[in-house]
Amino acid sequence: MDNNLPAADVVIVGLGAAGGVAALPLASAGLKVVGLEAGGWLDPSDFAPDEIRNTQRNWPQAVQKAAGEAPTVRATESDVARQGGHPMMNAVGGTTMHYWAQSWRLNPWDFNVVSATESRYGAGRLPAGTTVEDWPFGYDELEPYYDKVEYTVGVSGQAGNLQGRIDSRGNIFEGQRQRAYPMGPLRASPFTELMGGAASNLGWNPFQGPAAITSELYDGRPPCQYHGFCNKGGCHVQSKSSTAFTTIPKALATGNLEVMPFARVSEVLVDDEGRTTGVRYIKGAQTYVQPARVVLLASYAYENVRLLLLSRSAAFPQGLANNAGQVGRHYMSHHQGSPVTALFPHDLHNWYGLPAQGVAIDEWADDNFDHAEMDFIGGANLWVHTDRKPISAAKMSTFGEARNWGSDWKAFIRRNADRTNTAYIQKTTLPYEDNYLDLDTTVKDSYGLPVIRITARYRDNEKRIAAFAQEKMEQWYRQAGAEKIIKSGLGNAMGASTHAYGGTRMGANRETNVVDQWGFAHESPNLGILGASVMGTSGARNPTLTVQALSWRTAEYLVNNWRSLTA
Amino acid sequence: MSDSKNNNKRSQGKSPQSPTDSSRRDLLKGAGLIGAALAGGTPGSVIAQESASQDQGEQAQLREALEVLTSEEAETLEAICETLIPSDQNGPGAREARAAHYIDKSLASHNLEDRDDYLISLSAINAWSRQNHSAAFATLTADDRESVLQALQNDEVPDCSPGSAAFFNLVRSHTIDGTFCDPYYGGNRNFAGWDLLRYPGVRLSASEADVALGAALEPSHESAYDNSAYTKRLSTSGGGSNGNG
Repeated sequence: MDNNLPAADVVIVGLGAAGGVAALPLASAGLKVVGLEAGGWLDPSDFAPDEIRNTQRNWPQAVQKAAGEAPTVRATESDVARQGGHPMMNAVGGTTMHYWAQSWRLNPWDFNVVSATESRYGAGRLPAGTTVEDWPFGYDELEPYYDKVEYTVGVSGQAGNLQGRIDSRGNIFEGQRQRAYPMGPLRASPFTELMGGAASNLGWNPFQGPAAITSELYDGRPPCQYHGFCNKGGCHVQSKSSTAFTTIPKALATGNLEVMPFARVSEVLVDDEGRTTGVRYIKGAQTYVQPARVVLLASYAYENVRLLLLSRSAAFPQGLANNAGQVGRHYMSHHQGSPVTALFPHDLHNWYGLPAQGVAIDEWADDNFDHAEMDFIGGANLWVHTDRKPISAAKMSTFGEARNWGSDWKAFIRRNADRTNTAYIQKTTLPYEDNYLDLDTTVKDSYGLPVIRITARYRDNEKRIAAFAQEKMEQWYRQAGAEKIIKSGLGNAMGASTHAYGGTRMGANRETNVVDQWGFAHESPNLGILGASVMGTSGARNPTLTVQALSWRTAEYLVNNWRSLTA
Repeated sequence: MSDSKNNNKRSQGKSPQSPTDSSRRDLLKGAGLIGAALAGGTPGSVIAQESASQDQGEQAQLREALEVLTSEEAETLEAICETLIPSDQNGPGAREARAAHYIDKSLASHNLEDRDDYLISLSAINAWSRQNHSAAFATLTADDRESVLQALQNDEVPDCSPGSAAFFNLVRSHTIDGTFCDPYYGGNRNFAGWDLLRYPGVRLSASEADVALGAALEPSHESAYDNSAYTKRLSTSGGGSNGNG
């Protein structure tokens, strides 16, 4: 039986990167907000420099709701969908507790891929079967929200285009920004100096990428200590600008946010007209109904789509906001695979690095180079970074120099443990007609509710970018003195990803999009959706800052239009 | 920041390998006071305890209770680990690092799902050894052990689970985990694994000068859990679990 709770103005489902940001403008405006979070509170003391715990045991990711509802994956409808791991974690702060914290703005091209491609190269250059659309607005619309988030959560970096003034210390291809980053970039290292110098020698423009990690004392939080366990480990001194240490405490301080941990939302409730009335959630052995004037779904792409499809009603027999059949469509796992690994003839001094301390090259991303002679559109951001830990180091490739065990191997890893590096290459990924999310027909979670099924694969456009980017990356490593290079495969099935886009795409056309340009459902106007599930293009860089800027914008729109949205 | 303070404290309590530390241990041993002294619970006591009992002799049998494996299985596994990462001119190997001890413990926790694979495959490897070399794996010469493991990697040993080459990859991966893990988990004894890689060890903070030194930086030789920061909740500014709920 349901326990009925007092009504809130707004209920947010998920207090991670997206919901954790949206809570602040809502609570600051005086709205009574309930934040439902499937995980609990974590603390800096929970993040030890311990590779077994963080990487092998997958703690704290393994002890959580998401692990029991990991998506199943298949490349096409004729394959068997198999369940793998879930890449995200449940906690107040969500995956911002332990993410790499690279905090990019999308480039302006990512907002108008269709029209920009047609105007520069003519018709017929979009890949066959793609369902890509221009965003309902351009970069300039989102710029003020990028700025708010960079300053509120604390993002370090170097501007490359400050009010039109190009600065080659930053990304010269970025959109124009009104303010510099609130902090300078993370410090350089012997390896970033090496790679930066090599890129300059190639005539490229190397720069330190932006990170939601403090490079100096910021808002009461100390600067990064470079202890080397940032990746999957969370921060032991709160330098990582997780929403758990930034926007959520600020929202709590208003007295208008109530955080409910360990709450697993099972359904979004609607009335006969199709307006949301609240959510039902499970906590331990109890179920609760939390009524609210507005529901904001912020539970990551897979769970946003899953909750909509599970919430069937008279008004929405195919799932909430899905009468046009668009929930789950336009899905993309960001193409971050196909890495390049290099072996150098000297130590790289990377034992105390982190994924966000590195060097970026944007020359070959988006439409930053001429595609007239290319057989693809878009491109890749090249990123080399300093993360290195002992177990993963010992599992390095032997580059064909030794058997992977025994005395020769032991001599090999002793010499080379700090001499290898793997580039992180993020590529333009497009949505296609038959890449989608739906409910799995057999695999269920512990409550008997079906998990999400991913049916999706990379196409020629993504694979051609991957091959092109690998050539550029090899050129860069060789210029820096690398002696051996390994390039991996170009990709097939889209697995469950930390960069999952689409499924509730944003756009003006209600026949092809789930939410409008403000993030509210076309079919259910007091239902807002936050997260990369609203994004129609991936860009060639990490999505979190864009997710957070969009979330702030949706929350601000709600505050400014409270009466009409709740009428 | 409290890091510099912690560093000082750590450098006093560290280095199970340092002469002063081992001579202190000898004294304690002589006085029969090891247990009493260790029960005092100084920072670093977890590791000191491991090291003290391990110092009883390099070739000592496993002294702790086996959590999953039988004694025969543990012996076979230890011989496999030793063959994968042998002790040689580059220093101690997986046996000295006690990788098998780590694996036994892990099969009761985070590697629980691999338990049956170990029991089945260790038995299959011994059967293969007896068939081809007339003795159990652990009693073979180093050359014969190598040839058995090469057959395992070549997918030639029957009746392994989930398969010959697949079990080779599994046990290789776990042997690496046990050799290069935080010593809290029972492996990487005396930091043998980290020293092998020339990894200067966990620390709360690394300065630019530390990074510039690279492998020349003095090893910290301590477990993450020698720092109370990871076993007790810090009183932190902002946020935290004092929120409602």
